[in-house]
Amino acid sequence: MDWLFFSEIGLAGLGSGGLYALTGLALVLIYKATRVVNMAIGEILMLGAYVFMGFSAGLALPIWASIILAILVTGLVGGVVERAIIRPMLGESAISIFMITIGLGSVLIGVVEIIWGANPQRLIEFMPKDPIFILDAYLSPKVGYAFLIAAIVVGLFLIIFRTWRGGVALRATAGDQAAAYSMGINVPKVFSSVWVLTSMIAAGAGILVGSIGGISPDMGVYGLSVLVVVIVGGLDSLLGALIAGILVGLIETYAGAYLGGEFKMLATFMLLVVVLVIRPYGLFGTHEIERL
Amino acid sequence: MRIGTVKESYIADAALFDTKVQRGWMFALLAGLLLLPFFTGQYASYLVCLVLINIVSTAGLNILTGFTGLVSLGQAAFMGVGAYTVALMEIKLGTPFLLNLLVAGGLAAVIGIVVGLPSLRVKGLYLAIATIAASVILHFVFANWTSVTGGVSGLSMPPASLFGFEFIQPDQVYWIIMPITVIMLFGAANLFRTRIGRAFIAIRDRDISAEVLGIRLLRYKLLSFAISSFYAGVAGGLWAYFFRVVTPESFPLTMSIFFLAAIIVGGMGSILGSVLGAVFMTMVPEVLKMMVGVLSPIWPDAVAVMSPVRIIVFGGLIIIFLIFEPDGLAEIWRNIRRFFHLWPFKT
Amino acid sequence: MQMSQVSEQEVSPTLHTEGREILGVQGLSLAFGGVKALSHVSFSVKEGSITSVIGPNGAGKTSLFNSISGFYTPNEGTVKFLGQTMNNVPAPDRAELGMARTFQNIALFKGMTVLDNIKLGRHAHMKTNPLDALLYFGRARREEAELRKEVEEKIIDFLEIDHIRNQSVAALSYGLQKRVELARALAMKPKILLLDEPVAGMNREETEDMARFILDVKEEWGVTVLMVEHDMGLVMDLSDHVVCINFGQVITEGLPHEVQSHPDVISAYLGSGDVAALRKKFKEGK
Repeated sequence: MDWLFFSEIGLAGLGSGGLYALTGLALVLIYKATRVVNMAIGEILMLGAYVFMGFSAGLALPIWASIILAILVTGLVGGVVERAIIRPMLGESAISIFMITIGLGSVLIGVVEIIWGANPQRLIEFMPKDPIFILDAYLSPKVGYAFLIAAIVVGLFLIIFRTWRGGVALRATAGDQAAAYSMGINVPKVFSSVWVLTSMIAAGAGILVGSIGGISPDMGVYGLSVLVVVIVGGLDSLLGALIAGILVGLIETYAGAYLGGEFKMLATFMLLVVVLVIRPYGLFGTHEIERL
Repeated sequence: MRIGTVKESYIADAALFDTKVQRGWMFALLAGLLLLPFFTGQYASYLVCLVLINIVSTAGLNILTGFTGLVSLGQAAFMGVGAYTVALMEIKLGTPFLLNLLVAGGLAAVIGIVVGLPSLRVKGLYLAIATIAASVILHFVFANWTSVTGGVSGLSMPPASLFGFEFIQPDQVYWIIMPITVIMLFGAANLFRTRIGRAFIAIRDRDISAEVLGIRLLRYKLLSFAISSFYAGVAGGLWAYFFRVVTPESFPLTMSIFFLAAIIVGGMGSILGSVLGAVFMTMVPEVLKMMVGVLSPIWPDAVAVMSPVRIIVFGGLIIIFLIFEPDGLAEIWRNIRRFFHLWPFKT
Repeated sequence: MQMSQVSEQEVSPTLHTEGREILGVQGLSLAFGGVKALSHVSFSVKEGSITSVIGPNGAGKTSLFNSISGFYTPNEGTVKFLGQTMNNVPAPDRAELGMARTFQNIALFKGMTVLDNIKLGRHAHMKTNPLDALLYFGRARREEAELRKEVEEKIIDFLEIDHIRNQSVAALSYGLQKRVELARALAMKPKILLLDEPVAGMNREETEDMARFILDVKEEWGVTVLMVEHDMGLVMDLSDHVVCINFGQVITEGLPHEVQSHPDVISAYLGSGDVAALRKKFKEGK
């Protein structure tokens, strides 16, 4: 066994796991506040990457400005989407809204294809190119820096979530929308903020993911792996998303390296099946008591 | 206005088509289906066959999602199981096509049951995600079990044949597809006149109290999965006879979304809705194609935009119908009918 | 063995003498985490009787019902139905054995008509398999026709709901919904009927109708009734036997008037044993 290779793969896995954790966090956040699994998260992430490309390559703006603009624009799109198609469904069954987000995913793919074409593209390189060595193991600089950024964002986010009083409103909304509304919590506002915030997170993740592996309209498939992450971690657990993100990143990368690229998705979804059978509500998810 | 519909027995009241007018229309429709290939060209026959195949699969998904309330994104993958089964049996064994279709449905049903197994412990969103897992895993099997499935290049198969006659052209395969579709639609409609259909609806509406009424949840959820996948498997088998090439890319996840869109647009929990939805969704790309034909002289890029516009329309229809008409085209149809039944009185 | 004996011996419609125990609850305890919903509840329901469980809100009445019908698994104790221990019998099997119930917050199926809701009750006693159903020929057709006839002639006529049979249940008034729920429970061929607050939220007329139906179910159908109810008038008028519980424990049981005048029952409802003092307080406007 080649331990150097093994640890290099592990590092790469950690790196992609960091990005999964970041996107998973966005998905868990939406679920916690609105009890909706956003199936379009992968497409929103893709949109963010394309908007970044539009600003940086199309309009030739500086990188930092493009990143900020891309995140803002995607956040805006998230807000508009919430207002236009999620808000009218307030109070409807979670399954209906789930299906609406599937429809949203299709629409976003089509829009991106019309504006930017269906072919895969590369993003402008903006991360430092010096190779990173941890002990003797080589780590691609893109992956390394992407992980670093993801870790910082996740950390900041957790601090804000713990201390900010909006966190309470969010949990109250999740528990019972009608009750939260009557207690004076502005439920629509909570919904909007969550959609804007998570779209921004997804856009950031999209830029990182895209700068590592390039972008294409079908990179929304990334959302499927993120879905596995949140199910494995537990849909309502932030900690679960972080741990499962790393876990999925590692498993996927190892499967890809040792078995072949086509085994990546298989490994991820096998993990999902195992978790569904053993712990249906995820490693850290709460099992709600059902009442008659 | 509709009058004179007094029933003299409970059986007459429970009939599928309970008025003379309805029965008349039904016979007209069946006669139309019988005469259709004699009046249309190959392309129209092609479209009709495609619509019919989609109707079978949509009806199956509607039984699971619309009537039982279990969302599935695995319908296309189950169709794939049926298509590969038919292709393999036709190539390796050369057995009669009816048997092949039956086996295709049966095998898909078995796999459907396996996929449905988590439904006792998880429900709703979790189950939908489990069906995504099933489609990913099945896709992997189709693409990588090369010795059986032919890998990415797939399988090419001979046409269906009966007493030496080969069903090759669309207007020939039509005679296999049409009768099977009609029979399966009647089956689906019958299901909801019995205790089994009632149990499905009860599970959808309030699954815990259904149990206290004597309905075994797991058994009926699995049964719903089995019947739904059986329909998908047969539809996949018909698909295989129609195109005669089966590849892993024939049944992508987007196809499952297509069927989900079809039941939403048509009407969840309605057999009529399955038909309307499948017809509507299959014809959308055709209408777009026609529009492109009209537009391309003025706007040369129209062809390039065609594929993304189709995706947008699919997604958009899901969203629009869920927000504005969650009961789908079937409800619109019922409203029109009600209007004529009550005319000239208005409610 | 014992069970089959019981089911063979049909209860005659006019039977008034309370005979054997049909349902026995012995030392039933149920806890949700640290919260004790029931502790060591024991009582028995005699065949052909109307037994009522009373107690203040939150006393554990619905938890008791849920344990009896198999929705909750008790931590301790047993439920015996027709002499058979029910501990490991899942809810659908209990329904098949003849245990039917209604729910406090109405559990009708909104997507179905009144008629289909009632027919659903017969589910466990029908034999139609998926193949029969798809073909709708032979057994399926015959069974459905028989069921329809019986539902129409016995249940719908009896409960006077023939005018709404083809309506969707979602459009019905509360009182009618409760009646449809009773109809569905009757379609289950019950040996015992568990009614969870059958007249809660009804006006006087609807309550009187329901009281009449409950009495008829006992007298004409020979079905044993166990109900939870807050309407003391109804409980005192109908019941043969009353069980009062509070804080998950049986306080007292016996004939209606005995329970009514029992000091513990009064204090459970009013929170204090001193009724005279309370009355004085109210009069003083405090």
